[in-house]
Amino acid sequence: MTSELDIFVGNTTLIDEDVYRLWLDGYSVTDAVALRVRSGILEQTGATAAVLQSDTMDHYRTFHMLERLLHAPPKLLHQLIFQIPPSRQALLIERYYAFDEAFVREVLGKKLSKGTKKDLDDISTKTGITLKSCRRQFDNFKRVFKVVEEMRGSLVDNIQQHFLLSDRLARDYAAIVFFANNRFETGKKKLQYLSFGDFAFCAELMIQNWTLGAVDSQMDDMDMDLDKEFLQDLKELKVLVADKDLLDLHKSLVCTALRGKLGVFSEMEANFKNLSRGLVNVAAKLTHNKDVRDLFVDLVEKFVEPCRSDHWPLSDVRFFLNQYSASVHSLDGFRHQTLWDRYMGTLRGCLLRLYHD
Amino acid sequence: MPGKLKVKIVAGRHLPVMDRASDLTDAFVEVKFGNTTFKTDVYLKSLNPQWNSEWFKFEVDDEDLQDEPLQITVLDHDTYSANDAIGKVYIDIDPLLYSEAATVISGWFPIYDTIHGIRGEINVVVKVDLFNDLNRFRQSSCGVKFFCTTSIPKCYRAVIIHGFVEELVVNEDPEYQWIDRIRTPRASNEARQRLISLMSGELQRKIGLKVLEMRGNAVVGYLQCFDLEGESGLVVRAIGTACTLDKLSSPAAFLPACNSPSKEMKEIPFNEDPNPNTHSSGPSTPLKNQTYSFSPSKSYSRQSSSSDTDLSLTPKTGMGSGSAGKEGGPFKALLRQQTQSALEQREFPFFTLTAFPPGFLVHVGGVVSARSVKLLDRIHNPDEPETRDAWWAEIRQEIKSHAKALGCHAVVGYSESTSICEEVCILSASGTAAVLNPRFLQDGTVEGCLEQRLEENLPTRCGFCHIPYDELNMPFPAHLTYCYNCRKQKVPDVLFTTIDLPTDATVIGKGCLIQARLCRLKKKAQAEANATAISNLLPFMEYEVHTQLMNKLKLKGMNALFGLRIQITVGENMLMGLASATGVYLAALPTPGGIQIAGKTPNDGSYEQHISHMQKKINDTIAKNKELYEISPPEISEEIIGSPIPEPRQRSRLLRSQSESSDEVTELDLSHGKKDAFVLEIDDTDAMEDVHSLLTDVPPPSGFYSCNTEIMPGINNWTSEIQMFTSVRVIRLSSLNLTNQALNKNFNDLCENLLKSLYFKLRSMIPCCLCHVNFTVSLPEDELIQVTVTAVAITFDKNQALQTTKTHVEKSLQRASTDNEELLQFPLELCSDSLSSHPLPPAKEHLESASSNSGIPAAQRDRCSSWIELIKLKAQTIRRGSIKTTVTVEKASPVGDGNFRNRSAPPCANSTVGVVKMTPLSFIPGAKITKYLGIINMFFIRETTSLREEGGVSGFLHAFIAEVFAMVRAHVAALGGNAVVSYIMKQCVFMENPNKNQAQCLINVSGDAVVFVRESDLEVVSTQQPTANCQSSCTEGEVTT
Repeated sequence: MTSELDIFVGNTTLIDEDVYRLWLDGYSVTDAVALRVRSGILEQTGATAAVLQSDTMDHYRTFHMLERLLHAPPKLLHQLIFQIPPSRQALLIERYYAFDEAFVREVLGKKLSKGTKKDLDDISTKTGITLKSCRRQFDNFKRVFKVVEEMRGSLVDNIQQHFLLSDRLARDYAAIVFFANNRFETGKKKLQYLSFGDFAFCAELMIQNWTLGAVDSQMDDMDMDLDKEFLQDLKELKVLVADKDLLDLHKSLVCTALRGKLGVFSEMEANFKNLSRGLVNVAAKLTHNKDVRDLFVDLVEKFVEPCRSDHWPLSDVRFFLNQYSASVHSLDGFRHQTLWDRYMGTLRGCLLRLYHD
Repeated sequence: MPGKLKVKIVAGRHLPVMDRASDLTDAFVEVKFGNTTFKTDVYLKSLNPQWNSEWFKFEVDDEDLQDEPLQITVLDHDTYSANDAIGKVYIDIDPLLYSEAATVISGWFPIYDTIHGIRGEINVVVKVDLFNDLNRFRQSSCGVKFFCTTSIPKCYRAVIIHGFVEELVVNEDPEYQWIDRIRTPRASNEARQRLISLMSGELQRKIGLKVLEMRGNAVVGYLQCFDLEGESGLVVRAIGTACTLDKLSSPAAFLPACNSPSKEMKEIPFNEDPNPNTHSSGPSTPLKNQTYSFSPSKSYSRQSSSSDTDLSLTPKTGMGSGSAGKEGGPFKALLRQQTQSALEQREFPFFTLTAFPPGFLVHVGGVVSARSVKLLDRIHNPDEPETRDAWWAEIRQEIKSHAKALGCHAVVGYSESTSICEEVCILSASGTAAVLNPRFLQDGTVEGCLEQRLEENLPTRCGFCHIPYDELNMPFPAHLTYCYNCRKQKVPDVLFTTIDLPTDATVIGKGCLIQARLCRLKKKAQAEANATAISNLLPFMEYEVHTQLMNKLKLKGMNALFGLRIQITVGENMLMGLASATGVYLAALPTPGGIQIAGKTPNDGSYEQHISHMQKKINDTIAKNKELYEISPPEISEEIIGSPIPEPRQRSRLLRSQSESSDEVTELDLSHGKKDAFVLEIDDTDAMEDVHSLLTDVPPPSGFYSCNTEIMPGINNWTSEIQMFTSVRVIRLSSLNLTNQALNKNFNDLCENLLKSLYFKLRSMIPCCLCHVNFTVSLPEDELIQVTVTAVAITFDKNQALQTTKTHVEKSLQRASTDNEELLQFPLELCSDSLSSHPLPPAKEHLESASSNSGIPAAQRDRCSSWIELIKLKAQTIRRGSIKTTVTVEKASPVGDGNFRNRSAPPCANSTVGVVKMTPLSFIPGAKITKYLGIINMFFIRETTSLREEGGVSGFLHAFIAEVFAMVRAHVAALGGNAVVSYIMKQCVFMENPNKNQAQCLINVSGDAVVFVRESDLEVVSTQQPTANCQSSCTEGEVTT
């Protein structure tokens, strides 16, 4: 006696959250059944393995049919085939677009292309996430990217509107899309200590301040690309380190203000010029795409690592950066105050976030 | 002259990509009614076309309006080659033809293609302007209302119940026409769908005419079926009960739909037989209700293979169907005198209803059924379907005579079915013989009845259990006792019926689903030989099914079956029997005895031991079941009941030997001398197997109950969560050395596993009850068995359940005791004894139930409130100040349609699809039906030539059933409704050819589209204009919850 056909269709589509998770995690039906058995569900319910198998198959089939709709979540809301309560729809969407930290760290900043897709095998082996799950996550990134790429308006809003994600997840996707678009390098060994959260935080700051959408131009509200003009202008900041007087003046202003307040004052004093040169040079280099990509590598190399080797506590870093940016306002010969604020305001936030072990 | 049909095509959405080059579609729509076709403009390059067409007007006869479906075809325009069809929508405009139903059909319909399934949706508006037609000889029957519901619909009142209406129409099946060889599968499927749609329209119209002739205005319990007879044609037949219904003017005055039986009992004055004394105080004393259809089986054995076409194995009316038809004698005549007059003029005093207005049902005799095996041949002249008519007439005649033999003048809960394999067809009919209150059948109105009942004021609720036949002249052997409730009348020791449990019946404990399953191998044979073989097997099957039911019923400690449905399915090399019913313990009937096992070889010591071991197991099971189903009838000692009536054993024996030509029966002494004993003789391995299989049925896990009737006896407080589902399983038997036992085991396992799966899947709804569990068996191929189940799971409130059942029991106890007091000065000790067996402090319970009542459902509802709404609302407020956000919202555009972008609109009202509930029951728990919008009767074919790509047979059928649900919901929503009640999947024919990567499936569903209002919302609505506002307010309510 073999089962040829075995289906269950409810007027309200049944969604089992546990099975959905297993499906999203890319387990085969057999593996999923084994995992469910291990969870002790048989004992709880008195069901047999055959029942579990049939149930799992059913759910998998349903999810498979839903997947097409999940690719365009508004369709899930409009479609007539599956009657699903709104709360469940939200859950389906949210979980489908959720991603693994380990996975996102691997592809963050990479071009979302076929080439990267080929590497998913390696990523799967490396992270222990099933290839199927990796593919889903990658395809999600790519799909969101494609849809919002050419779109005007706020990136987070666009994502939220077209994919009906929660606020938190939409922000994460905005970061992923932003990183993919600007191809920031995040994979270097130096950057391994950084979490996705760190990058997402920086991305949000950059989107808010460094993109075209950030300046109040309603016509060209593009959140994806950095404001080219702004990047060009950043060259002007070079004067802060090129002009010796200005540099000295800046240093003395900072040192005066911080004397006695900083535990690592002497190290700061000794390193000031190096640090300042580092930060300003990063800004000046951002005209080249290549250097934009290396932004995080540079920040870590030029600022985070030196400070860390001198064992600066985070509070000192904050004092320093605040003072360092504020003191520029007192430099009479410096004319690019707004530019400096737009640059440094974001950079300070990023650096503070990036500064940890 | 009669009507103008107006159609407007508004828009489409989610269309499939038809032009690979542009990834877009140039869609236009053809609107066809009868022979007239209109076209919209081509909307270029869009997957969401906005046609906004003019009103297309069709001027048509109302006859056509009833017969023809509106056919909407969506096509992709192609300049160079033929236009490609995207899909079709058939809209039955019947609901627009009577005044009280829908006035407009408007909404999104799935565009359906028989090869690709649903491909996008189309927004259509349909209206009908009807002119009054005074022509008396008209062919149409506009205005007659149809209901699938097998009881008087909730917002109506039955003025007169006229009786049985039936009709059938036949045609050639397009699939078997010569042209089918040259046309595409799509064209063939569409021809079939269209033809069936036409035929059912015609059928409905003809039935309507009959109703008008009877001066009725509605058909209740309308059941329409298709017989796909293959080569020999296509038969569409329908039966129903003609009624004159009156719309209740103030719906608030009516009882809420989900009302519990106990509550109803309180509010409905006295649903009792108005004159049981005059009726049956005579010598009519009960015997055993074993009516169950042995008599038909006898008829199988009498073969008349005289003609090729008609192996009519059913007796002709004149033959009086053997023993069953013997004369009743003077007493019976007396009995029937009153009531029969009303029914006598009627050819068939049948009623397809399963639940009745209070007072309608006087006595119930038992199940009557008849089967007949026929050989199909080509229907030569579709306009004269006489052969099929004659077949059914024969069967009905037989049913009628069986009912007569039971002293009953009517048959209720009547239904008909067929099973076809190649050219052999089994026709079956069954129902419950009953004595009815004549007042409902004549021109007297219900009020008259009510008054009457109030006047007579008889306090018994057991009348329907009392035997209608005459004790001394019983058609079958039975064991009678005095009614345990009123002590006046005789009752049988078991009662089998096809109807729902009457609301006024007193039940102890809870009920449960009881199934008998049986397979019999049969040699493959051709034509007549095959029919003969089948008809030889049938009586044995019927007998065994019955024995199994009886055993299982006793094992459950219960004494009555309701909703009994026996399905016999014929296949190439086997016959399958599946009987489902809901077992209950009726307080009026005697306590069932146990099951005793007797061995054939009493000398063998170890064998004895084995037997006694089995006996113990059985006794344990019975005890366990009694506990499980809370069956604790009040103990009543023998003296009070009076000594059992001396069995007229001699006579009954005699009778049986007359009636049963089969020897099998003598093995089972149904009227066993010792009271209540039920003996199973274990004389061979078969019998052993049977006993074993009895014990293998696993009860549902705790928190689950199941029944195949409308409501579960003993559970009263349904909460509003319902889940209707369909589950299909097909197993392939290993063809090697199949034996009957192996087959039985396979089939049994199949059904049990299916039930287990259902319990597991629905575990989140616990405590819940599967209601209206409907199993259908078919044998699509040699080694395949297909079982289809449709049911609804309803949650209930456990705390309240406890309480109400308790009060229920108390009440019945009180009732019993007062009766006893009156009669025999029965001491009250017993009563208090049994009360103390429920030592739960009532006060505490009250608290619990109160808290759970207010808390849980509300919380659930809150949780449901859309999360996506929240997202969307939040989306407006985040980021960069509000001014900018609003700007971006307005200018955002490319993907998605207008509705969705308009986020400032009331959340979700436009974007999500309104919820449409579906249920096989006639009511919706926690809600009140305010309007019936018309009947839904849909037929779909789906075919694939890429079975593997669609996920194999399971993927294919899963998707198809989901699509069928979607189309039903869409039609209901377009009618302005928010639920389908009395939903039934009448057919699910699945054929596959995995080698060719092909599969085909036909599904036929029906139900009543309704508008319901939650009881919680009811107060709000009722303060306003009730009927006017309810529709909009409740659909709104549905969307937002």
